[in-house]
Amino acid sequence: MSRKPYVREMTSEWITRHPRYLRYLLREFSCLFIGGWTLMMVWGLARLAQGPAAWAAFLETLQSPASIVLQALALAFAVYHAVTWFNLTPKALPVQLGDEFVADGVISGAHFAVWGLLSLVVLLLAGAF
Amino acid sequence: MAKSNKPIVWGPFAAGGTLTAFLTPVLIVLTLLAGFGHVPDLLGYEALRAFAAHGVVKMGLVVVVFLSLWSAAHRLRITCYDLGLRADTLVATLVYALAIAGTVAAAIALLRLTPA
Amino acid sequence: MSERRVELDVLRYNPETDRAPHFQRYSVPCREEWVVLDALNHVKENIDPTLSYRWSCHMAVCGSCGMMINREPKLACKSFLRDYQGVIRVEPLAHFPVERDLVTVIDDFVAKLARVKPYLIPKEPKALEAGEYRQTPAQLKRYKQFTLCINCMLCYAACPEYGLIPKYLGPAAIALGHRWNQDSRDGGRDQRQEELAATEGAWECSFVGACSEVCPEHVDPAGAIQQVKIRSTVDWYLEHTMPWLTK
Repeated sequence: MSRKPYVREMTSEWITRHPRYLRYLLREFSCLFIGGWTLMMVWGLARLAQGPAAWAAFLETLQSPASIVLQALALAFAVYHAVTWFNLTPKALPVQLGDEFVADGVISGAHFAVWGLLSLVVLLLAGAF
Repeated sequence: MAKSNKPIVWGPFAAGGTLTAFLTPVLIVLTLLAGFGHVPDLLGYEALRAFAAHGVVKMGLVVVVFLSLWSAAHRLRITCYDLGLRADTLVATLVYALAIAGTVAAAIALLRLTPA
Repeated sequence: MSERRVELDVLRYNPETDRAPHFQRYSVPCREEWVVLDALNHVKENIDPTLSYRWSCHMAVCGSCGMMINREPKLACKSFLRDYQGVIRVEPLAHFPVERDLVTVIDDFVAKLARVKPYLIPKEPKALEAGEYRQTPAQLKRYKQFTLCINCMLCYAACPEYGLIPKYLGPAAIALGHRWNQDSRDGGRDQRQEELAATEGAWECSFVGACSEVCPEHVDPAGAIQQVKIRSTVDWYLEHTMPWLTK
């Protein structure tokens, strides 16, 4: 009997096989917004170094409708990144106490708690209220 | 099969991913507040310059910028490959170079922030 | 006791006569409690004896009957017809060459399993007279989960990186290597690192996590791979910054 194995071509079709692959791409795309926002802040630092007028102009561009929409999107993606990251942390860093492993929820929960606390502290120290 | 040098790029990616998870959302809240006209105290010109005048803060900001840009760059590199862009070496060079350029730009800006 | 007529679209491929695979529709009278494997067996026994597929235990422990059912990697013996509506699409496991019909070429997978040295490499030689290895429940728990793999290859079919990069070691092989690394009796981690920490080892993984989602035994290969990455990264930085620490 002659063998002639057929190799199926790998296209981008895999993305549509299941919602989990779309969720994965969404998570990965958060990098565009986090990276983009960070670059915008680097630009802001440059403007800060140029003096009060330049900084005021920078704050004004932050207030444009386009900027607000982009930042809102960036916030949504940053939160999605954080949530997925903290939910995956227990898989990468399991903790064995005695015989058993610490439950995933405890490890992620601790991360979420620190995240919340840290965010609150930053908001307070930055005088956001 | 020899052990890879991937840890060089993965280490900063993992650190940056963790850092951006904890820090970036609240920082965007700050700039978004500024966008709505409610500028947080720290983002006022005098306050921010005073804050960024300290050497420790400058170093911290450079580290935050580097890790944030690097982890975003690494993810972008992987995503490009996932979506069929096979020129991995070229993509990697471009994205990491962008991350380093952004870091250098931040460092230069911070060095120019001499106390008034 | 009730019956239902189920339509199956099954991918057929005869290497001796076909240039490419094609779908064939079967209309199968099924019992309510049947799984996809039962429907396939009915086809083979009563409708089309030429249909080829792997199966054995029919109870999700042997790992033979992995296939794509409605584009999701599943064990055919664990896919209940009552969970599906409309025409059910049955194809060979993704990312493997098709030998014939639903049978895939699994040589690559088998070779990769062997490459991670999936056997005990003792820390030091131990004579038989010295007696058995002793292990506490905690030491057993540390690697137990990764022993549960039934080599069904669903994880390879779910992993887009394996589909995109055929050289990638893959979830099951890496989890298997990690199983031995985590075993307190074993001292072979350095040897396995040559494979696990290579570019085509754990580093091709981008933590999609699909492998762990489809695994019928809840091995969590994705977790194993991340643990390998972290350990390998720590190793790398130690080796390159403080080489005296790693002999």
